[in-house]
Amino acid sequence: MLKATWKRLPLSTNFAIAQAVKDSDVDVVSAYPITPQTTVVERISEFIANGELKAEMIHVESEHSAMSAAIGASALGARAFTATASQGLELMHELLHIASGLRLPIVMSVAARALSAPISIWGDYTDVMNVRDTSWITLIASTAQEAYDSVIQAYRIAEDPRVFLPVIVAYDGYAMSHTYEPVYVSEKSDAFKDYIPKNPQWYTLNPEKPLTMGSMASPEWYYEFKYQQVVAMKNAFGVVKEADEEYGKRYERKYGIIEEEGVDGSDVTFVTYGGIYGTLKESIEELRKKGEQIGLARIRLFRPFPSEIVADLAEKTKALVVLDRAITFGVNISGPVAREIISSLYARGIERNVYSFIIGVGQRTVTEKDIAAIYGKVKEMLGSHERQKESIYWGVRE
Amino acid sequence: MQERYEIRWHGRGGQGAVTAGVLVAEAAILDGKYAQAYPEFGAERRGAPVKAYTKVSEKPIYSRSPIINPDVVVVLDPSINKSIYLDGLKEGGMVIINTSKSNEEVKSLIGRSDVKIAVVDATHIALDVLKSAIVNTAMVGALVKVLPLATLDSLEKALHETFNKKIADLNYQIVKASYEKVKTIN
Repeated sequence: MLKATWKRLPLSTNFAIAQAVKDSDVDVVSAYPITPQTTVVERISEFIANGELKAEMIHVESEHSAMSAAIGASALGARAFTATASQGLELMHELLHIASGLRLPIVMSVAARALSAPISIWGDYTDVMNVRDTSWITLIASTAQEAYDSVIQAYRIAEDPRVFLPVIVAYDGYAMSHTYEPVYVSEKSDAFKDYIPKNPQWYTLNPEKPLTMGSMASPEWYYEFKYQQVVAMKNAFGVVKEADEEYGKRYERKYGIIEEEGVDGSDVTFVTYGGIYGTLKESIEELRKKGEQIGLARIRLFRPFPSEIVADLAEKTKALVVLDRAITFGVNISGPVAREIISSLYARGIERNVYSFIIGVGQRTVTEKDIAAIYGKVKEMLGSHERQKESIYWGVRE
Repeated sequence: MQERYEIRWHGRGGQGAVTAGVLVAEAAILDGKYAQAYPEFGAERRGAPVKAYTKVSEKPIYSRSPIINPDVVVVLDPSINKSIYLDGLKEGGMVIINTSKSNEEVKSLIGRSDVKIAVVDATHIALDVLKSAIVNTAMVGALVKVLPLATLDSLEKALHETFNKKIADLNYQIVKASYEKVKTIN
């Protein structure tokens, strides 16, 4: 087993992603620049130009083509990567379904960003939440280190024959993509070659063994194809767990499906995802010093959604507060993750108050003060046994 | 030294405030410390006031919220209104300002007796070495002198990671000159 030796570098999450792509020995990178993702592919281009990564960089004219090229490359058995954000992810949308429907193990990083109109180049998770029904496995990182490790894990997950589905590794646009922090990266590029061996087992195009990809499926068969994706997603849950465990064994870092802290016996547990978890963690530490019993948890795996783990978590606490950085319009509880959590609890017959807060939309600042004030508001609602009927749009000017 | 220091940089677009913030974090990380650096997530147009943030700590840093109450503010451009850069500065904190004014003038400009003030004529140093008024690395040199957040060796390394050899060497010369010349005036 090849153990890695590490060097500790100051990297932004974008650069950490690029480093992971290099260390995953990716064969084809197709990409179109979009803020705040651009420096990912810029750095990959440098790696290719200076010979550190032997890969084909395909410069395309749009994200639609970027995903098309990744699909083509993956269909030939190449290890393919692309990166995007916001409108770029939206422009890819139809191809996302094709990539997963063709069961191609592409990995894509998304520097989560708000959507137009009005134009915002700033961070939130509306783009990521908008592609939740495309059958892509979705991991959301909260540090540059985790983003690095997750891209490498993503290839192991995607290329597993029980899965054969593409993977998104998402992280905060700007708040992570452009923040420098210490990251341990492998000293040698081949440290992961046993963890993610190149042995394509998915169906590939080969003139010696001809097959058709993306053909028509009649009403007699289409449904079964889609059900196979349902099964693959179910399998993915265990595979994500295994990939993380194995990574932990080999490289001494692992993250789990949900990260949690102090949930057992707490009065309230905050749940969120992405980089805001760090701010939450420091805020809660301050509140605990005042004697408050608060737990916190972070959803690392968004698709497949870890319903059972969420339900277990809920059983250990008295109420949940879900902080969402995206809005699903036209429903009373409009936090996408809050909705998933509520249905997870319903399925297990668990009665808990779930308070949904919308925060950090379009990079609206969230500080420790906001978290403390949200906690104050929740205590008030709990005190009056108030059930939440509508998400609270924290800090908005009505 | 306290466990964590939070530094806010104030410049105008094009002066390199963001790069300055990143350089200090990079050097601190190379020294084995924990650090975080990020720009203000707002407009970054050439000439517009820009903020950048650096946190340096002996322990891991989790919070990603902007620095509201900095320990230190570093002012690259003294023409920025002081209400902007003094905003939230902690009692007992420090202002490091690029200025050619006399100590008395600076003290009366800042007008706060509860903070320490350090001055350096960064524009002069930058013009002298670079023949250009890009003052960011001069302010980096001034900062690490008055507050030893990173070693000069690591700063030199970080400069070489960021720029080509010629530019890195010139900037390291600036860092050292400013390191020598910065003065605490109260």
